[in-house]
Amino acid sequence: MQQIINFLIRYKIFLLYLLLLLISLIFTFRSHSYHQSRFLNSANYFSGNIYEFFDNTTSYFGLREENEKLLRENQRLRYQLYNKKSNRAGSLDSLENNYLVVRGRVIKNSYSDQRNYITIDKGEKDSVEQDMGVITSKGILGIIENTSNGFSTVQSILNEKSNINAKIKNSNHFGSLIWDSKDYNTVQLVDIPRLVQLTIGDTIVTGAMSSIFPENIPIGVIKKFDLDKSKSFYQIDVSLFNDMTNISNVYIIKNLNREEIIELQEQTETNDQ
Amino acid sequence: MINSTFFINLVRFVLLILVQVLVFNRLNFFGFINPMVYVLFLYWYPIKTNRTTFILTCFFLGLLVDVFSDTLAINAAATVTIAYLRPSIMRFVFGVNYEFQSFKLNSSTKAQQFTFLALLIVIHHIIYFTLEIFSIANLLLILKKSFIIGAASIIVCLLFSSLFSTRKE
Repeated sequence: MQQIINFLIRYKIFLLYLLLLLISLIFTFRSHSYHQSRFLNSANYFSGNIYEFFDNTTSYFGLREENEKLLRENQRLRYQLYNKKSNRAGSLDSLENNYLVVRGRVIKNSYSDQRNYITIDKGEKDSVEQDMGVITSKGILGIIENTSNGFSTVQSILNEKSNINAKIKNSNHFGSLIWDSKDYNTVQLVDIPRLVQLTIGDTIVTGAMSSIFPENIPIGVIKKFDLDKSKSFYQIDVSLFNDMTNISNVYIIKNLNREEIIELQEQTETNDQ
Repeated sequence: MINSTFFINLVRFVLLILVQVLVFNRLNFFGFINPMVYVLFLYWYPIKTNRTTFILTCFFLGLLVDVFSDTLAINAAATVTIAYLRPSIMRFVFGVNYEFQSFKLNSSTKAQQFTFLALLIVIHHIIYFTLEIFSIANLLLILKKSFIIGAASIIVCLLFSSLFSTRKE
């Protein structure tokens, strides 16, 4: 007993170090699996408010550019609205709509790490929840991962863990959108079968398989394509429409049918077993 | 005396975190270079010190940077490791005489100060990028990032330490 206590006293610094290292490694590796990074994220009250305070002061510098972007988007949407073939007005009854849209502002952005996260200034009190899609006026941005009362973090498409259903515009060939963490302007689309005709410059949009994003939200254009190792699928480099280094205003999209879809999928899976 | 050191360290702790997350994490020089200046906290921390509090303080320093930059607990792991290794590094750089009562960082030579800082930063960065990238296949990427960003961190930290150096007595 005496010896054990002596041992503990003699190596107490080393043991403390091991304990702290273990704690940080547990935090790190638990969060590698999906939806586990609950504790350590910048969507908490403390860091959220600090980021928001500093963003409030610096966001003035890009206001003119940001206004221009939003005007352009309005112009495009008005063009679509006035030229719509059917003149049935969109319903305001929320029961008839499939998607809910919340606006938000980016208060912290990162694009140089392997796993990039963006923090936005909307949280649970604005009915933002985990697994809602986030887009900008130009294209998709990511998926909500953690929320607090007033803030949330977005898992950016520039994240090793990111995996989004995407397809080639005006066709139904779909694949997965991933990121190889090399270039922040380029993401990769994989699992498109070899028989598909591709051209450089084709537009890539979100697919209908996702219960997070609506179909046909723009992502980017094909920059380069090659067959992968198995020689039966394409590996496509997609250059993004969004300038990921300069993002300010975002929209958060909630699919109101998501719960039903997931419930149905789970039911099917249990029936199969 | 104890109160004033405590106060100075507290101010450094807060300011270094804020400078790190609000300025240097957004720098993105050449698209990926974000120097880590908060390592200076370990460089400036008094040499005679209670090791338990020192390691705990460094752990929380890393953890707070992690919370702000959404990097899980990678900064905490790297910082707590160099905090644990600091006495060994100092013995390697300054020889045995750093244990004497009269030893001060300012009284050592410029080369010694540089080696001390560089060792802290290089070890920190290698652990940080190993944990961040975490694959043997990307060993070259780990080394490339550690050394390029490490060099940037050393330059910025040297500038900072000469800017805010304590008065020579």
